[in-house]
Amino acid sequence: MTEHKQRILTQKEYQQMAKANEPKRPVLANCVRAFLVGGIICLIGQGITDFYIFCFGFTEKSAGNPTAATLILLSVLLTSLGVYDHIAQWAGAGTAVPVTGFANSMASAALEHRTEGYVLGVGSNMFKLAGSVIVFGVFSAFVIALIRTLIAMIGGV
Amino acid sequence: MQIYFWAFVVGGLICVIGQLLLDVGKLTPAHMVTVLVVAGAILSGLELYQPLIDFAGAGASVPITSFGNALVQGALSEAKRSGLVGIVTGIFEVTSAGISSAIIFAFLASLVFRPKG
Amino acid sequence: MKQGSQSWVFTNCPVIVGAAVVGGPREARGPLAEDFDLLHDDLLFGEKTFEKAEKKLLEEACELAVQKAKLQKQDIEFFIGGDLLNQIISSTFTGRTLSVPYLGVFGACSTSMESLALGALIIDSRFGGNVLCGTASHYAAVEKQYRYPTEYGSQKPDTAQWTVTGAGAVVLGPTGAGPRVVSATIGKIVDMGLKDPFNMGAAMAPAAVDTIAAHFQDLAASPSDYDLIITGDLGRYGHQLTLELFPKYHIDMPEEKYVDCGMMIYSREQPMRFAGGSGCACSAVVVFGHILNRMRRGELKKVLIVATGALLSPLSYQQKESIPCIAHAVAIEYTV
Repeated sequence: MTEHKQRILTQKEYQQMAKANEPKRPVLANCVRAFLVGGIICLIGQGITDFYIFCFGFTEKSAGNPTAATLILLSVLLTSLGVYDHIAQWAGAGTAVPVTGFANSMASAALEHRTEGYVLGVGSNMFKLAGSVIVFGVFSAFVIALIRTLIAMIGGV
Repeated sequence: MQIYFWAFVVGGLICVIGQLLLDVGKLTPAHMVTVLVVAGAILSGLELYQPLIDFAGAGASVPITSFGNALVQGALSEAKRSGLVGIVTGIFEVTSAGISSAIIFAFLASLVFRPKG
Repeated sequence: MKQGSQSWVFTNCPVIVGAAVVGGPREARGPLAEDFDLLHDDLLFGEKTFEKAEKKLLEEACELAVQKAKLQKQDIEFFIGGDLLNQIISSTFTGRTLSVPYLGVFGACSTSMESLALGALIIDSRFGGNVLCGTASHYAAVEKQYRYPTEYGSQKPDTAQWTVTGAGAVVLGPTGAGPRVVSATIGKIVDMGLKDPFNMGAAMAPAAVDTIAAHFQDLAASPSDYDLIITGDLGRYGHQLTLELFPKYHIDMPEEKYVDCGMMIYSREQPMRFAGGSGCACSAVVVFGHILNRMRRGELKKVLIVATGALLSPLSYQQKESIPCIAHAVAIEYTV
């Protein structure tokens, strides 16, 4: 009773159709926007660093910490006010790459999962998106430092 | 003042690399920042990252790549003091500011704010 | 009665005796706002969480549909519901509120027509009198479950779609004046190996065309038998791909006869429109509101609704699986 339908289209043929149909991402425009916004965030970071050096007596090396904390605070505020995601849609990597992106990934997850309570909701889910940065950062630092240290030891011996 | 110019340019360029990873590499944002953190760690291992920070200031210290640098430098400086075990124990030495403040502020935000959708 | 390989023809033509459509703030600013029975101006409408808000949407739509059918809750014999959340929890809680025999279905964005087809089957086969079919979706609840926290700053590509915040419900009865459900075609899962969850339209288009082709073959019909053929939520790019696929299936579809609910629900001027709307509610609110209204005004007499669903889970995507899709078609007729 069931006539075996001939394959009208192979998967490969359709995937080619779909690819041709997909709008090209505006790579150049996205890069320009990312450059501008990323650059401006770093400019603001530089300003904050100098502010801590001149007004609070930090050194160039130690001012990095409060700078990061300040940028993170600003990013968390913008996320909480519901504004960050709109800026990010426009800026793309411009907001994701600076430490603001890290802060946003944690704040947005924390806000979202508050409805599941503070322990299992906020506490467990806060690192949902930021976790991989920490895990891979730590692990790659471990590997690299291990290689460096072993080389130094062998070189020293 | 020159450092402001380079902070803007270098910071912008690192973001462009990120954007290309997103658009051309078709990575998700999480994959992209992970790649950049590891890249920062590698550059740090080659002693190339601190010179970049000296040159471009916040243009190199604000992007997430500097997190990789901070982790490696922490591990290395502790390894110098305590030997191999320092690689594991020293990793977070330099970089606690970023993680602590992110946790604290994100938690505070969850106490006060709700997502707008 | 079954006809062909996968279609049902309803000789006792179940009637849509009541229909209601509820929407959120984005839908209120869209071109079909007039066709909603109830519109909310924020995403929570007094509820504590987005998930509870989705449940409220479905409850409201069901309540209004029953009212408009001039019935009481107790007159409903079966409730067929589904949504996008895990364990179709919104439909379950709505079933709890309604307190009538409940059948939960999961068809992702094809749920509206899946539930309508099953409801019509119950009535046509005389296995029930009044059946309530409903579905809902909520932008924030769906984003949280399937993609990212709503405040996360990721850059969505142009092919992404915006989940409609809304709910649509209809009451089907064996008699009465109103649009009639005349036939349905149950879809098969079609998976062409696409993996991008930000381009569902491309993944679902083959399923839509497969079901439409099956419908035409089973019923010995063609596009000329309908005033309008409407897919659920293929969006701009899926719509375009579907038009390209029709000739390959030997279907001669005039372009003006084929529209998509995802493209109709939001206007070009609305910000962050991307490729259009999606979600269970997309086809439900457009069809149970706007399309039925047009039929009641005599503008349309016979329509074929093809609701499309992408049946992936967040985990299947991470495990590198492709996106299996389905489309269910229901034909509705109304002569004023």
